[in-house]
Amino acid sequence: MAVEHPVATPAGDQTRIHNIGYRAYDGPRLGRAYARRSLYSQSLRGSYGLGRSVKSKVLPMLLFVVMCVPAAIMVAVAVATKAKDLPLDYTRYAIVMQAVISLYVASQAPQSVSRDLRFKTVPLYFSRPIETADYVRAKFAALASALFVLTAAPLLVLYVGALLAKLDFADQTKGFAQGLVSVALLSLLFAGLGLVIASVTPRRGFGIAAVIAVLTISYGAVSTLQAIADAQSLGDGGGSSGAIAWIGLFSPVTLIDGVQSAFLGASSAFPGGVGPSNGEGVVYVLVTLGLIAACYGLLMRRYRKVGL
Amino acid sequence: MGHYLRSVTVIATESLSKRFPRVTALDRLSVDVGPGVTGLVGANGAGKSTLIKILLGLSPATEGRAEVLGLDVATKGADIRERVGYMPEHDCLPPDVSATEFVVHMARMSGLPPTAARERTADTLRHVGLYEERYRPIGGYSTGMKQRVKLAQALVHDPQLVFLDEPTNGLDPVGRDEMLGLIRRIYTDFGISVLVTSHLLGELERTCDHVVVVDGGKLLRSSSTTDFTQTTTTLAIEVTDTDEHPDGTRAVREALHARGADVVDGGGGLPGAGHVLLLTAQGEETYDLVRDVVADLGLGLVRMEQRRHHISEVFKSEDEQRKEAVGHGS
Repeated sequence: MAVEHPVATPAGDQTRIHNIGYRAYDGPRLGRAYARRSLYSQSLRGSYGLGRSVKSKVLPMLLFVVMCVPAAIMVAVAVATKAKDLPLDYTRYAIVMQAVISLYVASQAPQSVSRDLRFKTVPLYFSRPIETADYVRAKFAALASALFVLTAAPLLVLYVGALLAKLDFADQTKGFAQGLVSVALLSLLFAGLGLVIASVTPRRGFGIAAVIAVLTISYGAVSTLQAIADAQSLGDGGGSSGAIAWIGLFSPVTLIDGVQSAFLGASSAFPGGVGPSNGEGVVYVLVTLGLIAACYGLLMRRYRKVGL
Repeated sequence: MGHYLRSVTVIATESLSKRFPRVTALDRLSVDVGPGVTGLVGANGAGKSTLIKILLGLSPATEGRAEVLGLDVATKGADIRERVGYMPEHDCLPPDVSATEFVVHMARMSGLPPTAARERTADTLRHVGLYEERYRPIGGYSTGMKQRVKLAQALVHDPQLVFLDEPTNGLDPVGRDEMLGLIRRIYTDFGISVLVTSHLLGELERTCDHVVVVDGGKLLRSSSTTDFTQTTTTLAIEVTDTDEHPDGTRAVREALHARGADVVDGGGGLPGAGHVLLLTAQGEETYDLVRDVVADLGLGLVRMEQRRHHISEVFKSEDEQRKEAVGHGS
C-alpha cells in the first residue's frame, strides 16, 4: 500500500513501530449458532442504542425511564400510605402504558430491520454462514427481549416495592408471575407486528409511522366499537355484551387484555369491565399465538428473496 | 467431480447455467480457477454477479455444477461462506457506526470469538490502510475509505478466497491504483486467493495472474495474463530532434515506413507522450532496423523498450475479428 505510515523514529529507538505483516488466523471458527447469537446480542444492544451513537440512545432510554417512573411513584405512594394493595395490578400496567410501548416498538423495529435494508447490510449477513431463518430468529428474539425488558422492568419495580411495603408475599408473587407471562406474550406479539411492518420498507420514517398507525388506529377503532356495543347492550339489557369480547380480537392491546383477563386473573379494561369468558379466552389465546406465528412466517417469506 | 478437480483448483464450474424467466444469466459456463488473483471481466449484465451468488451457495444453479475450495456449492453453502469473503459492489455500510465497530460485528458474524474479532479487526483495518479514522462514524468517510472498510470486512475472518465485486467502482485514478495494489497484496502478502470482477479489462492487466472473460453468460476466454500480453512484443521508441530533423519522431516514422515497418504513434493522448512510436517486433532484425534508421538520420535514440500489450488491445482486435466474421457472414 502506498499509504503505509512511514517509520520516522531514529534507529535504535525502543518504541519503534514495526510493520509486523499479515498474520493468518488459525483460531476457532464458532459457526452458525454463534453468529446467530452475535446478531441477537448486537440487535438487542442496538435496541437501547448501545454500541451506537449518543443520539440513538436518547429515545429508547427515555422511554425506558418513562415506563419505570410511574411504577416507582406507585411504590412510593403504597409505602408512604401503608396501603394494603398496589394502586395498579401487575397485569394492568402494560395496558395503561401501551402508548409508551407502541412508541418504543415504532422507533426500534425500523431501527432493527429497516436500517439493514436501507444500507444494504443484509447481503453481507447472507454472505456469511447464517441463513434466512437465523437472521429472522435473531432479529425477532432481540426485539421481543428488548420489549420484555421494557415491560418487565416496571413490574419488577412494583414487585420489589410491594415486598418492601410488606404486602402479602404469596399474593404479590402470583400477581407478578401473571404479569410477567402477560408482558412476555405482549412482547412477542408487538415485536412480530413491528418487525413485519418495518421489514416492508427501507425508509425508517415510513416504518415508524406505519407501526404507530397500526397499533394506535386498531386500538382506537376497537375501543370505539366496544364503547358503542357497550352503550347498546345497556339499552337492550345486556344482549350484545358478547360482541364486546369478539371485537376485542382485532387489536393487539385488547387481544392481550382479553388473554390475561380470561386466564391470568386480570380485571379487563374493556368497557363494562367484562372480559371474555373462558371459552372466548381460548380463542384469544389461539389468535394471539397464531398472530405471532404468522408474523414469523411473513418475516421468513420477506427475507427468503433477499439475496445479494 | 474429482476427475477434473485438481488440488490447486480454487473454483471449478462445469456447464454451469442460470436461467431466469426472461434472461439467461449464465450459459454452460465451464471454468477452472487456480490460486492467485483472477479477474472476472465482462460488461454490466454479463453474469458476473450471478456467478458470485451461485459460488457463495446463495442461488441455486439451473443446471451444471460448481465447487469452491473443493466444496459443492449446492450442498456446502454454509461451509463455503465460512471460508470465503465477499465484498459487494454496492454500498453496504451503516453510516452511524465506526469502522471498528462494524468490522468487529462482521468478524463475529463469521464465527470469530469476541477477542479474536477485535484483534483481527485492528490488524485488517491497518492492512487496508485505515488508521485513526477507524474510530469515527463511517458516514463521514470518503468513497476510498468506504471501499477499504468494505474490503476489510471481507478479509477480517482470514478467508482462503475473497470475491471482490467491482472494487474500483467510483474511485478516482489514485484511489483506483491504491485499491489495485491492495488487491495484489491480498494474494502476495496475505496468501488469500482473489476473484475480482471488473468491466474494465485494462485495470486487471497488471493486477491479475489470470483473466476470465464472460459475455452474455458465456465464457469468452480464460487464460493467464502472460498469455494475453506476451503473444507479440511491441517496441516503444523515442528519439531526439536535431536541427536537420526538427521533428525527429516523424522523420523516423517515415524512414521506417520506407523500409516496410508498420509504425503507429504511441501517444495515447497523454501529454508528453506524442514522441513515442510503437512498432511490432518481428525478431532481432527489427531492433537492427531501428538502430540503423536512427543512426542514418543522425538522431539520438532516447529509448527503445519492450512494451506489453494491453489486454484490451487483444480483445479489441478479437472483437474486430468477430465483427468482420459477422460482416462476412451476412
